[in-house]
Amino acid sequence: MERSFLTFNNVSFQYREDYPWVLQNVTLNVKPNEWVAIIGHNGSGKSTMAKLMNGLLFPQHGSVVVDGEELAEETIWEIRKKVGMVFQNPDNQFVGTTVKDDVAFGLENHGVPREEMIKRIQQSLETVGMSSYENQEPHRLSGGQKQRVAIASVLAVSPELIIFDEATAMLDPKGRREIMNTVNHLRRERDVSIITITHDLNEVAMADRVIVMNKGEVWHEGTPREIFAKQAELTDIGLDAPFVTKLAHELKDMGLDLEMEPINHEEMLDALCKYHLKT
Amino acid sequence: MQISFKNVSYIYQPKTPFEYKALQDLSFTIPSGSFVAVIGHTGSGKSTLLQHLNGLLAPTHGEVEIGDYKIQADEKNKQLKSLREQVGVVFQYPEHQLFEETVYKDIAFGPTNFGVEKDEIDDRVERTIDSVGLSSDMLERSPFDLSGGQMRRVAIAGVLAMEPSVLVLDEPTAGLDPRGQREMMDMFYQLHRDQQLTTVLVTHSMEDALAYADYVLVMDQGQLYMEGEPLEVFHQKEALNDVGLDVPEIIEFITKFEQKFDTSMQYTNQPLSQFAEQLKNKLKGGHHDE
Ligand SMILES: Nc1ncnc2c1ncn2[C@@H]1O[C@H](COP(=O)(O)OP(=O)(O)O)[C@@H](O)[C@H]1O
Ligand SMILES: Nc1ncnc2c1ncn2[C@@H]1O[C@H](COP(=O)(O)OP(=O)(O)O)[C@@H](O)[C@H]1O
Ligand SMILES: [Mg+2]
Ligand SMILES: [Mg+2]
Repeated sequence: MERSFLTFNNVSFQYREDYPWVLQNVTLNVKPNEWVAIIGHNGSGKSTMAKLMNGLLFPQHGSVVVDGEELAEETIWEIRKKVGMVFQNPDNQFVGTTVKDDVAFGLENHGVPREEMIKRIQQSLETVGMSSYENQEPHRLSGGQKQRVAIASVLAVSPELIIFDEATAMLDPKGRREIMNTVNHLRRERDVSIITITHDLNEVAMADRVIVMNKGEVWHEGTPREIFAKQAELTDIGLDAPFVTKLAHELKDMGLDLEMEPINHEEMLDALCKYHLKT
Repeated sequence: MQISFKNVSYIYQPKTPFEYKALQDLSFTIPSGSFVAVIGHTGSGKSTLLQHLNGLLAPTHGEVEIGDYKIQADEKNKQLKSLREQVGVVFQYPEHQLFEETVYKDIAFGPTNFGVEKDEIDDRVERTIDSVGLSSDMLERSPFDLSGGQMRRVAIAGVLAMEPSVLVLDEPTAGLDPRGQREMMDMFYQLHRDQQLTTVLVTHSMEDALAYADYVLVMDQGQLYMEGEPLEVFHQKEALNDVGLDVPEIIEFITKFEQKFDTSMQYTNQPLSQFAEQLKNKLKGGHHDE
């Protein structure tokens, strides 16, 4: 079997004994270098899962294993070096007074020596395209730039898994594109697994695999193509399918069957082209 | 109520080193009863504009008129309180502003402050909780026991309980799941029509601007960059891209389709099924070689 970097074995979780179960029997794997998108309605348990992945919470049943080690009080510090998190609100993620300080802060926390620190700060700011802003005060940055600095702070610690918990939700379209370009660039440049929790279907389409959560349980998992093919069922659980999927289904209903389930504009245009040549 | 801006400029922290001109010489008119979308990238001045609508900010230069109210630079405004009764503002993430022990008290807070009679308040609470799609069983619960989407609806009910004639919405669907977003926008649209509101919506969703608005204002660097009916505005893809904005996905797709198949197609807000039909006909009709 292929090695798994992150594993949930039958994880169940409740915030308090007298509260309902928020996650029930969740089993999942994320492989090294894999990009997994997690989608699901508000309250389906996505953020709770993210917090279980780096030991901000512990499950009552089942286990969370990161890089072969089970998450427990004794292992969280080791594991947090390997698992970085980027949250939703760009304004709540800053601690430093300049961009550079902010990235340094995370490293100081992990006891990285000074020489090494300077190198890592430069490298990670470069990866997110923010080198020329290193002495800027955070409040002068746009939302997208702030989130890129938050990513740099996480990168500087050299994690093997980065979790984006709705990190684009508060950004404008341009900011969203900046973050997605950064993620794509990151994947080319480093060995790192990515988990993106999002409602943005075009972000989901870029992932290798999608896990769909519904009421605290894994509802389905598969490639974006496989998941989007379940258009009607997705709507039933409060989600939606992308424009291209909806269009493909309309075309199919009128007898125009495209070769594959297209999931972005380019695939749709190619599929239409093939059909065009056949008729 | 009709809203008009006449040469409005707004400067944050004037005459300090932090002086910032957030609005520049802004002029436009929103007719009473219309649904207007304000779009623009972050920092373009949208929220600053909104805060002029209920007198939270007064223009540094120029004049804002809302119905019979006038807000001018350097003039103490005596009617501010009654203006705020007329203009309801739903800020971003309004659920963060809930603070009462019960849902009832949170909804009743505004009208109570404005001296509305107790019986009338009870009536309004009943009506507004219903119009935001929540059950009146919830009235005695703590707002903090509700889900995020429900909390947001309570906060909106609190704004509606003032019975405003202008409703101002700053990215009201941010953070909601797809169903939550659709339900929320449908709710605003229904309120808009049923209560003949004048609605001003700030949104990053070009889809929503296209689907709900009858007029669009495009902001860039504190200035009015473009205005017009949604289809008129969204057909100017290049100009929008220049200021960091996208067009609705269907229009984006049509542009690519036209290029690839060397043809032209019209988007007129037709339903997707009809659009698919047209697409199919284009493909069928296009292949006759002369
Ligand atoms: N700190 C908490 N205490 C009690 N319940 C919580 C807490 N955080 C989240 N919940 C509940 O757990 C469920 C899952 O929440 P969450 O993981 O945040 O979902 P999602 O991120 O998918 O929207 C929700 O019903 C939510 O109300
Ligand atoms: N209190 C303030 N002091 C100084 N500048 C501000 C203040 N509030 C907003 N600004 C600046 O004014 C500009 C417009 O902001 P805003 O109206 O919030 O834009 P938008 O809502 O379109 O994102 C931004 O550059 C912002 O940094
Ligand atoms: Mg969440
Ligand atoms: Mg704003």
